[in-house]
Amino acid sequence: MQKYSIFNLVKNAFSNHENWDLAWKDPTPKEEYDVVIIGGGGHGLATAYYLAKEHNITKVAIIEKGWIGGGNVGRNTTIIRSNYMHDENGLFSEFGMDLWRKMSQDLNYNVMFSPRGIINLAHSDAQMNAYARRGNSMRLNGIDAVLLNREQVKEIIPMADFSDNVRFPIFGGLMQPSAGTARHDAVAWGYARQADSMGVDIIQNCEVIGFDVSAGKINGIRTSRGNIKAKKVGLCVAGSTNILAEKLNMTLPIETHLLQACVSEPIKPVLDNVVTFGAGHFYVSQSDKGEMVMGGDLDGYNSYAQRGNLPTLQHVLTEGIAMMPFLSKLKMLRTWGGIMDMSMDGSPIIDKTHIEGLYLNCGWCYGGFKATPASGWTFAHTIAQDRVHELNAGYSLNRFNTGHLIDEKGLGTKTWIS
Amino acid sequence: MLYINCPHCGMRSQNEFSYGGDASVKRPELNKEVSDQEWDNFVYNRKSLRGKHLELWQHISGCRQWIKVERDTATHEIFRTFKADEEVA
Repeated sequence: MQKYSIFNLVKNAFSNHENWDLAWKDPTPKEEYDVVIIGGGGHGLATAYYLAKEHNITKVAIIEKGWIGGGNVGRNTTIIRSNYMHDENGLFSEFGMDLWRKMSQDLNYNVMFSPRGIINLAHSDAQMNAYARRGNSMRLNGIDAVLLNREQVKEIIPMADFSDNVRFPIFGGLMQPSAGTARHDAVAWGYARQADSMGVDIIQNCEVIGFDVSAGKINGIRTSRGNIKAKKVGLCVAGSTNILAEKLNMTLPIETHLLQACVSEPIKPVLDNVVTFGAGHFYVSQSDKGEMVMGGDLDGYNSYAQRGNLPTLQHVLTEGIAMMPFLSKLKMLRTWGGIMDMSMDGSPIIDKTHIEGLYLNCGWCYGGFKATPASGWTFAHTIAQDRVHELNAGYSLNRFNTGHLIDEKGLGTKTWIS
Repeated sequence: MLYINCPHCGMRSQNEFSYGGDASVKRPELNKEVSDQEWDNFVYNRKSLRGKHLELWQHISGCRQWIKVERDTATHEIFRTFKADEEVA
């Protein structure tokens, strides 16, 4: 593989950048693989990368219905954080933070990781208490957390509404300084390029039509480009999880819902951090191009549409304007939607299944992007060793049966409630 | 914007409604032994169909009645609506 470096950049400048190698190949599917990963998104690509890198399993194919990185890894708001209260979520995400910090070097691909800090605003005394509790839980797990009072928040984000007559006054906030953002497409492309270089076949425009299961064991998959034998199959298909589960006669604790995001026209630098509104569901950061990147609630009903509806957008942006009134002056540049695999307790599932050789990675709800490296790493471990790692032991499928839910937000099974 | 034909009030905008999830889910019968798997299926497991989906909505800013709506989850087209206690053929 051609290394990306300043020297290669200069060298290729002499030939007008026309002689760069392709970042990944376009192979035809082989007859058989050791592992087939279904879904060429961030999680699938990361899984393939860590299978090759950590477990030396390179007879791997990624099967993608469309093109790699065209789903949620290309549609998110790029936020990376580990500000969770529950141990399972905190330790898993913090492990991921470490991978994020090293990712650009690891992948030889600039993923533009920017640890700019995230601030969750609090709008009442009770919420400040809750944040103090969450911050303490985070620190016990080795995650950085700082409780900010109103004056401290004002110093960091003076453009927020600190006037006296607001409906949701800012009491303070909880900050995770090491949280941040990254260039989402680069994450997918970086993983794809490295996985490809280690021998993984990235097969695009290939839809999975069915599974070949006999005597409780997976033998392969049927695709639009022919049958592929596989010893092990991993599902990393986010919002399409239920569609594939149906082909396996499985019913999962997952519902597919639509989540929208939007960006404003680019403006000069105004916001250094990621900021979330505490009296609803709204978050905002500023991209390197200057656009304000915003998102919030689900559209609120089961959907596979990958495009949003205006009432939700209006509701979300109303919250944004309540938090930062200057946003009302901006023009909207783009809006888009992606379909989320909403689990029934708000936490993901990375586990084996009752079918031997079939592994499940789903239920990422609002937080799939930031989990990309940790999800890929633990899923690769689960597939390679045929047992879960302690980091994803809590993300079991049968926790819904045993009652060991990880309900970080306390929302219960109504995934569309925010 | 979705427009939902409330069987009690007529065609109204989605803003008047709140969502209640899959309407095909049935609570296990009382007065009989219920297995863990049956409770799981009722509380957690969902088909989350792509295509025609029968779901509950509440006309919360109208008559406040719960209704059933048959809607396509890929196109958002609404085919039929029913009163909550109406049997869907």
